[in-house]
Amino acid sequence: MTNKKSLSQLQIAWQNFKKNRTAMVCVFILGIFYGSALFADFLSPYSYDNEDRNYSYCPPMKVHWVDAAGRFTGPQVYGMTLKFDEYHKRIFVEDNSQRFPVRLFVQGDPYKFLGFIPSRTHLFGVLGEGRLHLLGADTRGRDLLSRILYGGRISLSIGLIGVFISFSLGLLVGGVAGYYGGKIDNFLMRFCEVFMMVPGFYLMLALRSAVPDNFNSLQIYLAVVVILSFIGWAGLARIIRGMSISLKEREYVLAAKVMGLSDFTIIRKHILPHTLSYSIVAIMLSIPGYILGEAALSLIGLGIQDPTASWGNLLSEAMGIVPIHFAPWILLPGVFIFLTVICFNVIGDTLRDCLDPTLKTEGNH
Amino acid sequence: MLLELKNIKKYFPARKDFFGGTKEYVRAVDRVDLQLRAGENLSIVGESGCGKTTLARLIVKLYPADSGEIIFEGQDITRFSFAQMKPFRSRVQMVFQDPYSSLDPRFTIFSVFQEAMHLEQGRYPSVDEQKKRMEELLEAVQLPADILGRYPHEFSGGERQRIAIARALIMNPQLLILDEAVSSLDVLVQEQIIQLLLDLQKRYQLTYLFISHNLRVVRRISARVAVMYKGKIVELAATGKVFKNPQHPYTKELLAAALDYRPVKRTTEIVLGENSQLVDTGGGHFVIQ
Repeated sequence: MTNKKSLSQLQIAWQNFKKNRTAMVCVFILGIFYGSALFADFLSPYSYDNEDRNYSYCPPMKVHWVDAAGRFTGPQVYGMTLKFDEYHKRIFVEDNSQRFPVRLFVQGDPYKFLGFIPSRTHLFGVLGEGRLHLLGADTRGRDLLSRILYGGRISLSIGLIGVFISFSLGLLVGGVAGYYGGKIDNFLMRFCEVFMMVPGFYLMLALRSAVPDNFNSLQIYLAVVVILSFIGWAGLARIIRGMSISLKEREYVLAAKVMGLSDFTIIRKHILPHTLSYSIVAIMLSIPGYILGEAALSLIGLGIQDPTASWGNLLSEAMGIVPIHFAPWILLPGVFIFLTVICFNVIGDTLRDCLDPTLKTEGNH
Repeated sequence: MLLELKNIKKYFPARKDFFGGTKEYVRAVDRVDLQLRAGENLSIVGESGCGKTTLARLIVKLYPADSGEIIFEGQDITRFSFAQMKPFRSRVQMVFQDPYSSLDPRFTIFSVFQEAMHLEQGRYPSVDEQKKRMEELLEAVQLPADILGRYPHEFSGGERQRIAIARALIMNPQLLILDEAVSSLDVLVQEQIIQLLLDLQKRYQLTYLFISHNLRVVRRISARVAVMYKGKIVELAATGKVFKNPQHPYTKELLAAALDYRPVKRTTEIVLGENSQLVDTGGGHFVIQ
């Protein structure tokens, strides 16, 4: 016992978390998503705005490993020719005569690896004149896989940054309101209620309308992040305030006061960290809200603007019944949103069980 | 005189009227006068809710007093600002009742101590010096020195209370306020902690303001006893005098209940007059009249 390393409560919770297989699978999936968003420009065969109108709504392509005679050829894609069937519907037909080898580390669109190393090498790509659309192409013939990878950058990071802003705000306001009480508390809480009163989506639209239209894509991205975080913080601030009211009566807080620690230090070191087990769960469960919020804004055309890709504005192409009917693969970004949201929720729930064992046993009754 | 309280008053609002004005107050501490000499332990006893904890918290300025003066070593600190209080904070420290909540569960013992040391900037500049001082204090409270890396949840109540005492001692206080510091411990551990407190008093020249409802413990540790009832001190005298010759009806009742486990029939309700004051009945035995 004595030579065993002492574990803090968070470390114990983490050990329990690791035992939950579903949650670990979710962590793994999210890890892949975030990793591929980070290296999107290397992993994707094309740049997000590389288009070829001849491949408009090209369906997902097959990779052929053997030729018609059954001889191994290595991975190849065939050229696609556009034809019309008897109903005058556009269909793409594989053209056996045009064969393009698919290779690893192909030179393609230039990009800056991790933002500063100029490179042209992509993980995989097609040689020659051919095009490679593993998940199909959109209306302008842009590769959907590449756009999903690039879109992940925006959709996934918006959750993290949004949560970071709104939680900093919520923790600060809630902590201060609860700790000081009285008039400060009253003022801050009424202020929060102003935000909570307005239905979230209308507040989002109202704030968006306050943003100039002539923003470039980075500015719009930042505006969307700020708008989304303005909606989420108030609810959290109220809960943190409640916790902080009860925490400030704990004797270690009183002891810190008697020792002469400043109020700010006490809030930072002895109050807010104790709301951590709640906040971590709340953070995990609220990240999907930001991803969905961005998707909603982009879907109705107020968020990220074409040609910049986000999962939300990729989906906005799937607004009509006709494109969905003839090119169902444009719904794929929705699958990614769905998976991400599910994963965050599962992780959040598991974390709650691990951080607060009493809650779990109560739930089992 | 180490500490002097003059006419200290603290009322908490209990009920508010429709317009938010306060209708009724709880008189937690009602015009209390008290003197504490260096080295002469004073106990404050009384039932729950009599205001003894509030009085302790007023002294360390966890709450501001409504009126009156707190004079520490000749200086009136009642209306000192946060910055002005700084030199006094280290001289008056407090140990709390519940050993399970008086140490932050997220901090190792090392960080608990370090936090207090950081407040005295420059005094322990290097980690080695900090460690040396921590080990000295742990030795003083009779705990092994290798516990610094551990978390509070790994200790028993008695051990935690020793750690809390060590933390209070880091700043070299002159006055240590022990707010029910042994009340939640079992009898054997209580005895050890009392013995420890007596040893520490000799070693560090401490003065204790001991707040308790446990008269058996009070008898061992204090030179004088103040009996508190409904926010007022009703009797104040040397420990022996209070125990052998209680004067005030409430003291008699308290002693009978606490020492003899004998219920005392209250013949008449004890009423404290609005302007009643402590009066010396001879030989420093003060009784409210």
